[in-house]
Amino acid sequence: MSGYLLIESRDPFESKGFAQHCELALTLLGEGNSVTLFLVENAVLAARAAAKARDLDKLAKAGVRVLADKFALHERGIDARQVIAAVEPAELNALLAHLADGAKTLWN
Amino acid sequence: MSKTLTFLLMDAPYEQSRTSTAFRLIDLALQAGHGVRVFAYEGAVCLPLMHQQPHANAIHGRTVEEESHPTPRTWVSALIELAKAKGLPFDWVNCGLCVDERGASETIPGVRRGSPADFWKMNLESVNTLVIPTR
Amino acid sequence: MRVLQIIEPAYRATLEEQDDTVLWFTRAIRGAGAPADVLLCGTAVNYSVRGQSAAGFSVGTWAQRHPPAIEHEITKLIESGARVAALAEDLAERGITTESMLAGIEVLSRKSLGGLFAQYERVWKW
Repeated sequence: MSGYLLIESRDPFESKGFAQHCELALTLLGEGNSVTLFLVENAVLAARAAAKARDLDKLAKAGVRVLADKFALHERGIDARQVIAAVEPAELNALLAHLADGAKTLWN
Repeated sequence: MSKTLTFLLMDAPYEQSRTSTAFRLIDLALQAGHGVRVFAYEGAVCLPLMHQQPHANAIHGRTVEEESHPTPRTWVSALIELAKAKGLPFDWVNCGLCVDERGASETIPGVRRGSPADFWKMNLESVNTLVIPTR
Repeated sequence: MRVLQIIEPAYRATLEEQDDTVLWFTRAIRGAGAPADVLLCGTAVNYSVRGQSAAGFSVGTWAQRHPPAIEHEITKLIESGARVAALAEDLAERGITTESMLAGIEVLSRKSLGGLFAQYERVWKW
C-alpha cells in the first residue's frame, strides 16, 4: 500500500479546502503515487449522488480510491443507494490499515 | 504484526467531531493489536481531566443515569484498560505548557505530562504518525 | 526523518498564546532534533508578510506585554536552517506580493507539491 492517504473531514460546500484537497490528490497521483481519499465527518456530504460536488467522479476516474466512513454516512442519513458510484462506503478500519502501512497521511 | 502508531490531538472535548473520530481510530488501532501513543496538544489536554462529570438532561427528559452522558476521560480510561488487557503499549502524554495555561493538571491516572520533544520521540518510534489538526 | 509542517489556519488564538502554536511547536521539535520545514498555505500565507503588529491588546487593567511576534518566529525558523515556503496561488489571492514578504521565504506553486512532499518522510497538515 503506502502512497498517500488524504483524510478529508470538511463539508465540500463550506470552503475551498475540500476542492484543494481533491486537486492535491490528482497532483500526487500524476506523479505516480497511489492515492486514497478517505471522507470522514461532514466530508461525506460530497458522497451523496444528488449533491453538486463533481470532484469525486473526476478523482475516481483518474485512479484515486475514494472511501467514505460508513458511520458518518449513516449519521447523516445517506444510505448506500444514495452514494455516488465513485465512492466506496468503508469501515474506519480501512483508514487505519493505510495509516499502519505507512502511507503519508494528511488530515484536512 | 504489531506496529506502533502515534496520534496528535488538538481539540478540547465537546467541541468538534474530530474528537470522536480520533477515539474511534485509536480504539481500532488497539483492537487491531497495534501499540498507540497519543500526544495531546492545546485543548486536547482537557480530554483526560479527572473532574469531568456526566449530567442529567431535562430537555431529553433523562436523569444522570439515564442520559449516560459521555465523558472523554472515560474513553481515555477505556483505552488504557484495553491496551492493558491486550498487552499493548499505550502512552498518553499531555503537553505540559498547554496543561499549565489551562489549569488542566488533574487528570486520570495513566496520563503523563510531557513536551513536543516527547512527541518527536514518539514519532520516531512509530511506523506512522497522524496529526489531527484543529480549525 | 524529514518532516514538512503544512500550516493553513492563522491568527487562531495567537493573542492568547502570544505566538502561533504550530510555528512554536515546529521550533520546539526542531530543538529536539527534528529536521522540520514549513509550508504556509491558505490564511497562513499572511504570516510571510512584513509589518505585522499585534500590539495594544488589553482587557480592563490588563495589558499584553508580549504580543505575538510572527515575523520574528518565521525569521528565527529560517535562521535555524528551516526551509519556509508559501504557496504562490494563495499569496496571489490575498494580494501579497514578494516585495511585501519577509526575506528567505520560498514561493512555490501548488503544482510543485508532489515533488515537495516526496522530499519528506512525514507530511503533517495543521
